[in-house]
Amino acid sequence: MKRRDFLKVSAVGAVAAASSLSFPAIAARKAPIKVGILHSLSGTMAISETALKDVDLMTIAEINAAGGVDGHMIEPVVVDPASNWPLFAEKARQLIAQDKVAAIFGCWTSVSRKSVLPVLDELNGLLFYPVQFEGQEENKHVVYTGAAPNQQAIPATEYLMSQDGGGAKRFFLLGTDYVYPRTTNAILRGFLHAKGVKDSDIAEVYTPFGFSNYQNIVASIKKFASAGPTCVISTINGDSNVPFYKEMANQGIKATDIPVVGFSVAEQELAGMDTKPLVGYLTAWNYYESLKNPTNTKFVSAWKAWVKAKGLKDYPVTDDPMEASYIGIHLWKQAVEKAKSTKVDEVRKALVGQKFAAPDGYTVEVLPNQYLSKPVYIGQVRADGQFDVVWKSKGLVRGEAWSPYIPKPKNA
Amino acid sequence: MRRPGLVLRTLLGLTLLAVVHAAYALTPQEALAIAGGDTDSRIAALRQAVQHPDPQLATFLHKLLNDEVQIDGGMVQVQQGNDWINLATGQAVTPSANAEGVVNNNYVRKQLESARAALDLFSPSRAARLKAVRQMQDDPASVDRGLVEQALKIERDPEIRKRLQLLHAAVLLTSPDAAERLAAAKELAASNYPAVRTLLLSRLDHSDGQHTEIDPTVRAQIEKSLAAIDERLAWSERLGTLFSGISLGSILLLAALGLAVTYGLMGVINMAQGEFIMLGAYATYVMQGLFQRYLPAEVHYSLLAAVPFSFLVAGGVGMLVERTIIRRLYGRPLETLLATWGISLVLIQAVRSLFGPQNVQVDNPPWMSGGLHVMANLILPYNRMVIIAFTALVLLAMGLLIARTRLGLFVRAVTQNRAMASCVGVRTARVDMLAFGLGTGIAGLAGCALTQIGNVSPEMGTGYIVDCFMVVVLGGVGQLTGTVAAALGLGVVNTLLEGVAGAVLAKIAVLIAIILFIQKRPQGMFALKGRSVET
Repeated sequence: MKRRDFLKVSAVGAVAAASSLSFPAIAARKAPIKVGILHSLSGTMAISETALKDVDLMTIAEINAAGGVDGHMIEPVVVDPASNWPLFAEKARQLIAQDKVAAIFGCWTSVSRKSVLPVLDELNGLLFYPVQFEGQEENKHVVYTGAAPNQQAIPATEYLMSQDGGGAKRFFLLGTDYVYPRTTNAILRGFLHAKGVKDSDIAEVYTPFGFSNYQNIVASIKKFASAGPTCVISTINGDSNVPFYKEMANQGIKATDIPVVGFSVAEQELAGMDTKPLVGYLTAWNYYESLKNPTNTKFVSAWKAWVKAKGLKDYPVTDDPMEASYIGIHLWKQAVEKAKSTKVDEVRKALVGQKFAAPDGYTVEVLPNQYLSKPVYIGQVRADGQFDVVWKSKGLVRGEAWSPYIPKPKNA
Repeated sequence: MRRPGLVLRTLLGLTLLAVVHAAYALTPQEALAIAGGDTDSRIAALRQAVQHPDPQLATFLHKLLNDEVQIDGGMVQVQQGNDWINLATGQAVTPSANAEGVVNNNYVRKQLESARAALDLFSPSRAARLKAVRQMQDDPASVDRGLVEQALKIERDPEIRKRLQLLHAAVLLTSPDAAERLAAAKELAASNYPAVRTLLLSRLDHSDGQHTEIDPTVRAQIEKSLAAIDERLAWSERLGTLFSGISLGSILLLAALGLAVTYGLMGVINMAQGEFIMLGAYATYVMQGLFQRYLPAEVHYSLLAAVPFSFLVAGGVGMLVERTIIRRLYGRPLETLLATWGISLVLIQAVRSLFGPQNVQVDNPPWMSGGLHVMANLILPYNRMVIIAFTALVLLAMGLLIARTRLGLFVRAVTQNRAMASCVGVRTARVDMLAFGLGTGIAGLAGCALTQIGNVSPEMGTGYIVDCFMVVVLGGVGQLTGTVAAALGLGVVNTLLEGVAGAVLAKIAVLIAIILFIQKRPQGMFALKGRSVET
């Protein structure tokens, strides 16, 4: 309780200070709009989610400094659901019912999102969800600003099957044991079947959260690869990635022999790793820090300045979920300005068709299913931990809620 | 489908003489064409260039593979130290803002490596030739026949010759002459390379209704050779599994050894044992930081300095905890359990506040990266070998300490009969403190070793505590031999099961097996005999 209050007070204080400096007149005239920030600041997910909280605060400060939403300042309410899935629902309830926030920006794991959904349904909330996920969901209370499978997993697999990607014929699907990897791999299996790949050429292996002994798995990858050109599609989440990649390097597997594509490894995860043995390994995202365009240059330098000002030495880089958070807040702002209201139903109506010039170099758009159209990039790890783009989609890819490769559930 | 030999097919004998003469030089236009444009045009340019190879090309390929080439407004620049050199003029230049580093995707990278290997095959350095032929053995499908035959003509080194001959056989497998294919298939039975297996398998392919290999006698021979290779590969796989099992066992043992002292000998149910492992890991991290700050040249050896340091830190904190808390709770196991659990929470939060909630990174020193090539499909990573040896050393030292030293004698005396030991003048309180310090210090050593294979985070200890108790209880409380047997046994069984059932099920199966075993034999594998059992 104390911690939350402290954060709330300090966040409000920071914004109030910022706004009173730049736009005292406006701040005094119009009532502020409250928004909720629902990211784990402690526990296992803190590693990934704390950076999102900070980029949310940065974006809000940026909008406020530019005059706010139609002259209203945005007032962030930061809560800490502590990587505890039921607590996500409780905190969401508190944000909507008690703090009366106009929208919530938050969640990382699919399980946290699923736990918030009933609360959103009941209290008519609006959640902006900024992380790539397994799709198979279309809730009118959620705006999905991260990638759907057809914006990440499918193009990456297609790339691995192409000549440039190594012409893979066999597929080793390796993931952490929970809903996102299992669903993604089910979709990939359907996709590979459609491409004529037989089940004998697909291996599916799962490890528990926090697993670190990858000796056997790497040995079985080698064995699997001795029957034809192989790629590894990794949906390993969290810090297990470090021992996995270390073991691959130690057992002498080069990216040119067996390419690995990771769907949950971005700049933040590589920031603490020795990346030299990983050169050539692949990831698929909708954004990389190394993209060269003016919007991104602005975004990255704003982040570096924010990090410096706030002393956040642990988060030096930007990555895809951070960009998706940034886009989400801007889209919400535009929708509120268009609707001239913060009421969820009206904002939602105004959201569809909203466009925003994003740091990914394109103008992304909210689709009727509340997914985004985004570009897809495939990046290759560089020795300095950044990514070189080796493939990009021709223009924007529209997010599909329901994958055509697995059956749509009846109750959806 | 891969396109085998795209680059190298064109490298015929005639061009190889040019390596020696170096009559041509790499033109800037050629360099630009290899470095820029789409994949196909780059490969085509590379193919052109290797037709008249020269040392400059080899250097250029090397630079390309090291990401030391950039294109700046149609001008190719290569990196030399901290400077950029214009390839055309050889002058140092200041790159403009538009300079873009050359990106090689994995396909291009592979072609570049093949081209480099082809050039290196005629290098005067034996090491370079060996590396080149190894590289080619990893991907025999893209190797040119003429190239191998040329190299065989001039190669004198027996090991390289042997490799070249196998490589030659692999290439001949696609020869139009059935007799040559038959001979090649026969010779390849002696190969250990998984890549050869892939190649043989691809020759047996008949998925489109037609055999890739049309001659039935050659097919029969290929099957025979495949069986021979499979048998040998299966052996090295078994060796690999055994190694993994021992490696996992050594980690379990190292983590559990400390507990074998505190719980096994002293009878303290120390729920904070995992946190002492974590303290050892953070001590290693601190030592690395100190080296980076004050001795940056020797930073690769910070791990060695961290070994005693982590022992002292964890042992010191352990003794402090014993003096202040645990000594008041001897003989009250439930209170000890709760108190030590509380200590574990305090330690986790303390480290979180000091170092932050994120994982910290402890680097692998170069002497612990990579692995020993035993066979083509069996590489034993150095970090795991070092940990096995380290565990053996710690075990030996501890065994000697308990069995041979005065402190060991006191510890045994106090565990066996506290009252009697006290009567004959042993300062039991001091012995308790030292023994607890030893147990937690060993946990610190485990933490130091674990930085090399796992993550270092404030919560890392909680993952090990269950395993530690499992090992000690299974082995039999108060028994070092039992701990060793249980740790190695669990490691091997877990590894074997993992191969069959996957990591998640293996863990469950092992836990159930232990529960059943303890039901049947509550005293563990090795029971302590004698009067001390009752006390």
